[in-house]
Amino acid sequence: MTTASSRPAATHAVNNEKDRWLRAYRQMVRIRLFEEQVNELYTRALMPGLAHLYSGEEAVAVGVCEALNIDDYITSTHRGHGHCLAKGASPDRMFAELLGKEAGYCRGKGGSMHIADPATGNLGANAIVGGSVGIATGAAFAAKRLANGRVAVCFFGEGALGQGSLYEVMNLAQLWKLPVIYVCENNLYNEYTHFSETTAGTILGRAAAFGLESAVVDGQDVRGVYEVATRLVKRARSGQGPAFLQADTYRYSGHHVGDINREYYRTKQEEQLWRIERDPIKLHAAWLLAQGHGDSAELEQVAAAARTEMEAAVKFAIASPYPSADQVEQDVYA
Amino acid sequence: MPERAMPERELTFAQAVREALAEEMRRDSRVCIFGEDVAEAGTPFKVLSGLVEEFGAERVLDTPISEAGFTGVGVGAAMTGLRPVVDIMFGDFLTLTMDQMVNQAAKAHYMSGGHWKVPMVLRTTLGATRRSAAQHSQSLHAWFSHVPGLKVVLPSTPYDAKGLLKTAIRDENPVVFFEDKMMYKLKGPVPAEDYTIPLGVADVKRVGEDITFVATSSMVQVALGAANMLEKEGISAEVVDPRTTWPLDEKTIIESAKKTSRVIVLDEGYGRYGVTAELAAVIAEGAFYDLDAPVKRMGAMHVPIPFSPPLEDVTVPTEETVSEAARRLCNKS
Repeated sequence: MTTASSRPAATHAVNNEKDRWLRAYRQMVRIRLFEEQVNELYTRALMPGLAHLYSGEEAVAVGVCEALNIDDYITSTHRGHGHCLAKGASPDRMFAELLGKEAGYCRGKGGSMHIADPATGNLGANAIVGGSVGIATGAAFAAKRLANGRVAVCFFGEGALGQGSLYEVMNLAQLWKLPVIYVCENNLYNEYTHFSETTAGTILGRAAAFGLESAVVDGQDVRGVYEVATRLVKRARSGQGPAFLQADTYRYSGHHVGDINREYYRTKQEEQLWRIERDPIKLHAAWLLAQGHGDSAELEQVAAAARTEMEAAVKFAIASPYPSADQVEQDVYA
Repeated sequence: MPERAMPERELTFAQAVREALAEEMRRDSRVCIFGEDVAEAGTPFKVLSGLVEEFGAERVLDTPISEAGFTGVGVGAAMTGLRPVVDIMFGDFLTLTMDQMVNQAAKAHYMSGGHWKVPMVLRTTLGATRRSAAQHSQSLHAWFSHVPGLKVVLPSTPYDAKGLLKTAIRDENPVVFFEDKMMYKLKGPVPAEDYTIPLGVADVKRVGEDITFVATSSMVQVALGAANMLEKEGISAEVVDPRTTWPLDEKTIIESAKKTSRVIVLDEGYGRYGVTAELAAVIAEGAFYDLDAPVKRMGAMHVPIPFSPPLEDVTVPTEETVSEAARRLCNKS
């Protein structure tokens, strides 16, 4: 096992509590503003394909990824922009990928649902629900076999609880004591269907069946997510095996940007309630102010800087060239 | 070393596969094996016997009966530094791995713009006539040959099995390696040294003048048997073994078709939309004006493989049915 001191630096250097929580705030704001730009690009018909926004769920990606090192692995989902940014990807290359440009993380070949970035351990977003559970578990298997001290985090939505392969790999991960953490983002809706209509029993009961260490956390509380994730990551890294984290959260937008009329599956009041009372960024901002970790001017500065960053990133992506048609057959085989 | 060195030793097909695995595991500590009953049991076919004893339980791992799950683990492990050889006991169980192979393994490199690689091998079986009925007898390699990003290998001799498997393990891409389970006891010359056979290079297993048999895997031995029968009747048959359906050595196949002007393509999968259909199309596109007869396709009958022996036996081409078809094609029946 590689020692802590010889491991690559953490994703970021945090000197104290104040820095840590201000950084978490900044990361959540960046994700929110990234997604606002995506919404804008999509509705202006500048972005091809589909856009699944992460707004409302920021505390989950940030809380978990802040507990990871840059060389730890994640797998992500079709709703993956938040995971990608939280793990350290740069918004300019992300926007370029979303627009199908050559400067994108996948040279335009993956798009929104397939962003991958080896430099930050991102094994890729996946457009098959539950499609990456094997990959994350395999990355944990390799980490254990190579004794490189890494862990793997598998992000998936509660919709993936319907996929049998999840249970196959959870069983295997527990038998082989693999350093993988299954993070179930329960945003309540499998596309357009409330999860209670698709999910018998309890979510944690599934983890319990395999004897996995498990926890449930308020997914709107970035500090709570971070604390639990830190414990589970430490546990996995020290060879104590896999874990399952249920993070209860909410997706502000529709399943994708075009999912406008949603009253048949959820009410506007419900959406308003989450946005007003349960917003992870507002909640964390209030806590920061109450703790004296910053004043409102400072927080506004954070948001302004993030806004400038995202606007510049969008400009970069729009100005970037498309791949030339002769690249279509490149990289089918390594 | 040259592909046709003078080997002095004979091994069975199963021993050749095992030797390839053992050599690659000695050569590269990243190579590991997992699947159902691969360790102490050495698989039901005993192909892997002795490997766990040499390489230990950390590199030869028994899995739960979870093909989708452990194939996915293979994909992730391959992306992050290992070179897994995943064992799917019967080719029929490939149905359970399809999302992992088709949507994940085959696409990870392309979708990531070339960033991630999936150097894994999925070893499995094909072939009927073992009285195993419809769910343990299929030859499903055409499905994988259809998917960009995968390579598909079909060895037909112990020599090819060893050389091709070593190449497959060293390849940077996902490779599906099909072994005919009826062939595990087939003996043939296999050099003890390290040698590899490139993927995408066909092998002319028999030189002939009057007709070409393009045959894969289990059908190579059938084609060779038919060729021997025909020789006594004055018909000289050439047998071309593509060895891999992707990459495909179109050049060697087309050259042989042009030379003999008559072709039968033989593959144990289903003919409809299958490997024989693709091979026939390649020949039609590349050798049309040199052909003296339509390309004839022979493969498994379009039925689920039946259990009852007299029924099962008629579902696959035999030396008799192939030689009869050849006579007709050469106007000598």
